[in-house]
Amino acid sequence: MKKSVKPFFSPWRVIFLVVCVVIIASLGAFLLLNGKNIAVLNPQGIIASKQKDLIIFTVLLSMIVVVPVFIMLFAFAWKYREGNTKAKYTPEADGNRLIEITWWAIPLIIIAILSVVTWVSTHDLDPYKKLKSDTPALTIRVVALQWKWLFIYPDQGIATVNEVRFPEDTPVNFEITADAPMSAFWIPNLGTQTYAMNGMTSKLSLEADNVGEYRGSNTNISGEGYAKMNFKAIATSRHEFDMWVKAIAGSNSHLDWTVYEELAKPNKNQPVVYYMLHEPELYAMIQHKYMDDQTTNVQQSGMMNHEGMN
Amino acid sequence: MWGRLSLDALPHDMITIGGVIGGGLALLAGIAALTYFKKWRWLWTNWLTSLDPKKIGVMYLVVATIMLLRGLADAGMLRAQQAVFAAGDGGPISPDLFQQVFSAHGTIMIFFVAMGALFGIVNLIVPLHIGSRDVAFPLLNSISFWLFVAGMVLINLALAVGEFSTAGWLAYPPLSELQYSPGTGVDYWIWSLQIAGIGSLLSGINFLVTIFTMRRPGMSFMKMPIFVWSVVGCMALVVFAFPILTATLSMLSLDRTIGTHFFTSDMGGNPMMYINLIWAWGHPEVYILILPAFGVFSEIVPVFSKKRLFGYTSMVLALMAITFLSFTVWLHHFFTMGAGANVNAFFGIMTMVIAIPTGVKVFNWIFTMYRGRVKFATPMLWFMGFVVTFTIGGLTGVLMAVPGIDFQVHNSLFLVAHFHNMIIGGVIFGFFAALTYWWPKFTGFRLHEGLGKAAFWCWLIGFLLAFLPLYALGFMGAARRLDSYDASLGWQGLFIVAGVGLLIILLGVFFQVVQVGYSIWKRRELAVGADPWDGRTLEWSTSTPIAEYNFASLTPVIYRDEFWEQKHRSDVKKPVELIEPIRVPKNTGVGAGIGLLAVIVGFGVIWHIWWLALAALLGSIVIVIVATLKEDTERIIGVDEIVATEKKLRGVKV
Repeated sequence: MKKSVKPFFSPWRVIFLVVCVVIIASLGAFLLLNGKNIAVLNPQGIIASKQKDLIIFTVLLSMIVVVPVFIMLFAFAWKYREGNTKAKYTPEADGNRLIEITWWAIPLIIIAILSVVTWVSTHDLDPYKKLKSDTPALTIRVVALQWKWLFIYPDQGIATVNEVRFPEDTPVNFEITADAPMSAFWIPNLGTQTYAMNGMTSKLSLEADNVGEYRGSNTNISGEGYAKMNFKAIATSRHEFDMWVKAIAGSNSHLDWTVYEELAKPNKNQPVVYYMLHEPELYAMIQHKYMDDQTTNVQQSGMMNHEGMN
Repeated sequence: MWGRLSLDALPHDMITIGGVIGGGLALLAGIAALTYFKKWRWLWTNWLTSLDPKKIGVMYLVVATIMLLRGLADAGMLRAQQAVFAAGDGGPISPDLFQQVFSAHGTIMIFFVAMGALFGIVNLIVPLHIGSRDVAFPLLNSISFWLFVAGMVLINLALAVGEFSTAGWLAYPPLSELQYSPGTGVDYWIWSLQIAGIGSLLSGINFLVTIFTMRRPGMSFMKMPIFVWSVVGCMALVVFAFPILTATLSMLSLDRTIGTHFFTSDMGGNPMMYINLIWAWGHPEVYILILPAFGVFSEIVPVFSKKRLFGYTSMVLALMAITFLSFTVWLHHFFTMGAGANVNAFFGIMTMVIAIPTGVKVFNWIFTMYRGRVKFATPMLWFMGFVVTFTIGGLTGVLMAVPGIDFQVHNSLFLVAHFHNMIIGGVIFGFFAALTYWWPKFTGFRLHEGLGKAAFWCWLIGFLLAFLPLYALGFMGAARRLDSYDASLGWQGLFIVAGVGLLIILLGVFFQVVQVGYSIWKRRELAVGADPWDGRTLEWSTSTPIAEYNFASLTPVIYRDEFWEQKHRSDVKKPVELIEPIRVPKNTGVGAGIGLLAVIVGFGVIWHIWWLALAALLGSIVIVIVATLKEDTERIIGVDEIVATEKKLRGVKV
């Protein structure tokens, strides 16, 4: 005689279990995330906030496919489980043209919509595109070194290491290169990262909406001290920024080629340093290290001298 | 005389020494056991020299399993460092060692676990699936396997002699150039991949030819099992993509050994070329891994739903579309390298287009369950887990396909979470499903269900705990590959959760090891017939254990699910079996010999011991020439022997 066994996973038990898991998971997530700076979702500049909106839009649009997949997966698994002999069973069925056309069509439409959004947003968020503003833009040249960041302010005649300051609500045009293995420059609260490469300039235009101190880092492995290659990005008021520049310009710490060569040697935990820029051509000289005089590498010099290699 | 090799090459730090001692002891234990039980001859004649794809397949899986344990040990070190020691100033793992470990983890998991498992399953299943007795080039198959082993030996040798690369699993220049990585690490990386990669390329050709020329009469392309279709896509990608890898590695190697300037940042070299080339191979590689997993699920879902696969033609179209499209998206791995908006947008859109055929496949699997009778045995659980994790991974993949979003998550832990989502949730779950599903066909007994289910739940829950926190960390600005971070960032809690997730995955692996051991121990109780799942395809029609020649007779195929129709349709007559003598390849040690010489070539080049490398290279060429001149390579199995074997295996007279 066969004993009738009650299935362990009755529908109510499953629902109860799922609710419990969701509650525990949300509680855990709350405890772990509460009060933390979730930089990408906490934008402090126009680029990052457009990117956050783009993330939310894409997630919501994808839900048109994701939600039915989850519902059908579990509903069919439940309904057509082996033990449920009451459910219809059609072992010979091997397709349905209409249903299949729907499968191809729905994702196609979603991807078509997303493609338009991608095309428009990619052009809108092109890092080479300079942000428009009534306030004149600030140019900062960035050099990734082993393992620190050098920031050169050509118009202010100053340079800093591992700290970059700029006024709020002002477009900052970063020109980024490296004198090190390929690195990547990223201030997640402000948006868009970009690679820093020897002998080439990558451009990136960012703007901070608010006064604040944001974390910047390298995201591309560049050797032993890579993990420590972080910097502070500080957005201040215009007045504070001017005072800061003035203070450095009046100091007697100079940056010329000799000092640079010393600075460029690999080291970890480099403290913040401010310099007066004594070699106005420093950035170009750093790039020229990678250009042999005999070679006419069109791409490299093109990258360096002309606007918009894109 | 000995190039760069000296006593300094021996490991210095305690962790590496521990690893070497542990690995060495395990090797010694194996050797001792073989000697004690006098099994060397058995190992040599039954396994190492065999050209039978079923045996080569098993050997691939054994190597892949051992490498999985090594890769997991690496993962354990990475997680321990980030969860316990990284907030503040490092622990026992120095930054240099940490970078070696993650480079080894990625390289081993992709090339020696995923690729090994892939070729293992393909060797085991493809000939049976197409109703054939062998592959097209049996000796070449053995050579491929031994080149794979040679690569594996080299990458593990880096632990004991010298160092491994610290440049990540794809060794971007200029970091991987001599200027920044003067040691032997990158050379170990290059040559273990170069040698294993040539093996993969040869396998790709072999299986493509096998599928094109050796199908059972009557099996037209549109009657092939979907798994075979997925292997067609996969092997086509291998054949087109792996030469790119070979060429790229060769150029990097020339840069490092004879001072050329392909990818250096000075003297007119261009690292961006390397990054393009490596991803022109690397992106198809992702699909090389995932396509067979798609194929596996396309076999499992119909069997466990007792229903035909929904939308066969759609599935084939989708597979072929993915195969083609996978060559058109490589730039999405470096949207941040400064290409213009038009280029970035194009590659972003092409990437999203792949989501269409992939979505179609998921819907078709789900609709195969619709109005079926779904039995939730372990392989089906892996399928359910796969759909859940793969859909999450697909969603995050679509996010990263939008360049504007990728700018904010690239190279962060969000990216790390995404590709583990695809590779664990997709590839690894697929292979576990395949292993459980096909295990009884090759052994005659089933794997223990309870332990298998325990392993599944550990893997699923462990996976979610290990990788969902990484998505959050990525959004918080955590870059990948960090050996330390500032404690004030508050990341440690999430890293600890991720570490706990890995522990749960390891518990799952423990259950799997116990499952295999226990099932072998209880094999009589778990014994099943030749067709335990009520299978649909040809492999279930032959005996278990499978005879060396797979099928006694090659009767023509009429239906897509030929074996199912034979069993369940009254109007289908069981075909008359015609027995004729069968040729099978004789054993040969050529593959093993070439493998050994390949290790020596690699070692010689890595350490600049040129005479040794040259001698070994010449030796392997001579072996190949001698092997091709040999004519006595086949053994004929006579009708009497076949009849006797069939009687013994099937208990039937034919």
